[in-house]
Amino acid sequence: MKIHEYQAKQILAKYGVQIPRGEVAETPDKAAEIAQRIGPRVVLKAQIHAGGRGKGGGIKVVNSPQEAKETASKMIGMTLVTHQTGPEGKVVKRLLVEEALDIARELYLGLVIDRAREAAVVMASSEGGVEIEKVAAEHPELIFKEYVNPAAGLASFQARQLAFRLGLSGEAFKQGVKFISGLYRAFEGSDASLAEINPLLVTKQGGVLALDAKMNFDDNALGRHPDIAAMRDLNEESPLEVEASKYNLNYIKLDGTVGCMVNGAGLAMATMDIIMLSGGMPANFLDVGGGVSEEAVTNAFKILVADKDVKAALINIFGGIVRCDLVASGIVKAAKEVGLKIPLVVRLKGTNMEEGKKILAASGMSFRSADTMKEAAEKVVALVK
Amino acid sequence: MSILIDKKTRLVVLGITGGEGTFHTQKMQEYGTKVVAGMTPGKGGQTHLGVPVFNTVADAVKETGANAGAIFVPPYAAADAIMECAEAGLGLVVCITEGIPTFDMIKVKAYLRDKTTRLIGPNTPGVISPGKCKIGIMPGAIHRPGRVGIISRSGTLTYEAVDQVSQLGFGQSTAIGIGGDPIVGLKYIELLKLFGEDDETDAVILIGEIGGTAEEEAAAFIKKEFPKPVVGFIAGQTAPPGRRMGHAGAIIAGGKGTAAEKMAALKSAGVHVAKSPADIGVMVQKALETKTRPSKKSKAHAKKTRKK
Repeated sequence: MKIHEYQAKQILAKYGVQIPRGEVAETPDKAAEIAQRIGPRVVLKAQIHAGGRGKGGGIKVVNSPQEAKETASKMIGMTLVTHQTGPEGKVVKRLLVEEALDIARELYLGLVIDRAREAAVVMASSEGGVEIEKVAAEHPELIFKEYVNPAAGLASFQARQLAFRLGLSGEAFKQGVKFISGLYRAFEGSDASLAEINPLLVTKQGGVLALDAKMNFDDNALGRHPDIAAMRDLNEESPLEVEASKYNLNYIKLDGTVGCMVNGAGLAMATMDIIMLSGGMPANFLDVGGGVSEEAVTNAFKILVADKDVKAALINIFGGIVRCDLVASGIVKAAKEVGLKIPLVVRLKGTNMEEGKKILAASGMSFRSADTMKEAAEKVVALVK
Repeated sequence: MSILIDKKTRLVVLGITGGEGTFHTQKMQEYGTKVVAGMTPGKGGQTHLGVPVFNTVADAVKETGANAGAIFVPPYAAADAIMECAEAGLGLVVCITEGIPTFDMIKVKAYLRDKTTRLIGPNTPGVISPGKCKIGIMPGAIHRPGRVGIISRSGTLTYEAVDQVSQLGFGQSTAIGIGGDPIVGLKYIELLKLFGEDDETDAVILIGEIGGTAEEEAAAFIKKEFPKPVVGFIAGQTAPPGRRMGHAGAIIAGGKGTAAEKMAALKSAGVHVAKSPADIGVMVQKALETKTRPSKKSKAHAKKTRKK
């Protein structure tokens, strides 16, 4: 799960990580009021779930409460387009109003899980403010890494090692070590999958602060962090994806015209692939779960046909232990309830598949049946051409 | 032979008294798996599905000689269950549970480092040696005994591959789901080593998906020392970057972990890579007919077709 910058900073502050003074404004008046208190010079930062905000006009420095109000009135409600939002952009609903600081250096600090090493890794770089992937590609020698022992956590010497390599000294060194240790505690303590501070700011007075903060969380662990789960912003997600998540369905909207509904994530991806190889493009990823219940089929069907881009759809169920006749009944029930306005190809495989096919045929609705994945994909692609 | 499990496997099921545990224990018993014990804390002394239930895995091992464990407990209790199995000395643990937090698995893997226990999963359909033993939730009926080994990160996609192989008249020596999570127990290389030494396995199917680098590591291993033909498929050629495709581990991050990279790595290791999931079965057939390392044969084959 993703959260906003201001929310990430709230979490970091709880772990003693230094952040600039700031507050959230949802109106221009509020922005002016905050500027009055912490300014007069402040930075207005649009809060959306995407990077590249500065270039898109989503970050502005202002010099007075009056200017804060005027600029905020232009920013709140604007549609911000960055390289991460897609061409449709995202509507700005709130701003983070922060004190403007004197920048001495901009560094990078990030934490992720290294899957191959099966450990958390802290990455630090003296090249802050640019994309770390770019630094990794062009100057890998400028990225310093420390792998975290899961039993011991990030050791103090590791934090010191990173701070020295970043070239920190004096007060900034002390603050830097504290920052790195605090960031790791926040990462582990909140079951994050990513914590990225870019840039990490060193002030002329030797302060070390998170100028920007991005945190993503392990969806599997949200159950034990209700405070973080509550930070989810549904406005940042596509409406159909929000709807699907209510029913514990995995749905991701894509650009194509062939809808698909599959049981199991691997088979769902493979079904998307074979649609492409047959000359079509998938309109979505939709996994109803390996076990497929009748309820899951019904809800998934509604989401599938609610997408206006879908011209035809393919249902691919490998029944296994689940009986195909039950799946077929679920499909017929859902189609009757929602109405079948697009052509549908159904491929059922596994226990009682012949009975399942009979149920589809006897329904009086125009399902097209297929025996193999290849046949199903070719049939559905032919229908959108 | 087969790998990991056979007729000598004696299984203890953790969470046997729960809904999923009960349903799948019955299916495993029907398949012929020797389920010798169940474990649910606080329910020790009861009998469930005809097997004795114990309070701890250690008790189950002591009383029944169990040598393998299956885990059907809820996600936040699963890491603890894996560690209990390892501490009790079980040689194999298959963790079916989906939804375990990544940090829990990092701790479990560190815990297992000095233990002899082999972990399969979590978030796996399990392991099956057809005709001998099944530990997991896969449909037994689509499998048949044979000489093809399968290693996969997926569930139902594995069934699809198994079915294609069975339909062509071949069977499986052992089929293993390694799990769809970012951090899992045994991965491709450890299992390829076992299949390499198994004299009843002639070829291996490797099914991967986007995310991580496990397939690339497997490709390097195959190139260096794996002696048998391998057929590979990578799911997610059409997956967009940055999105978690159902499985927690299936995500293209920072431009890494794409299907194209993985397919190229496997191809360069001499693996027969199926572009379409519908071709897995027929490619296995081809690989078995040639019965040599794919790299040499496929080049010869390519030359021949070019001459035509």
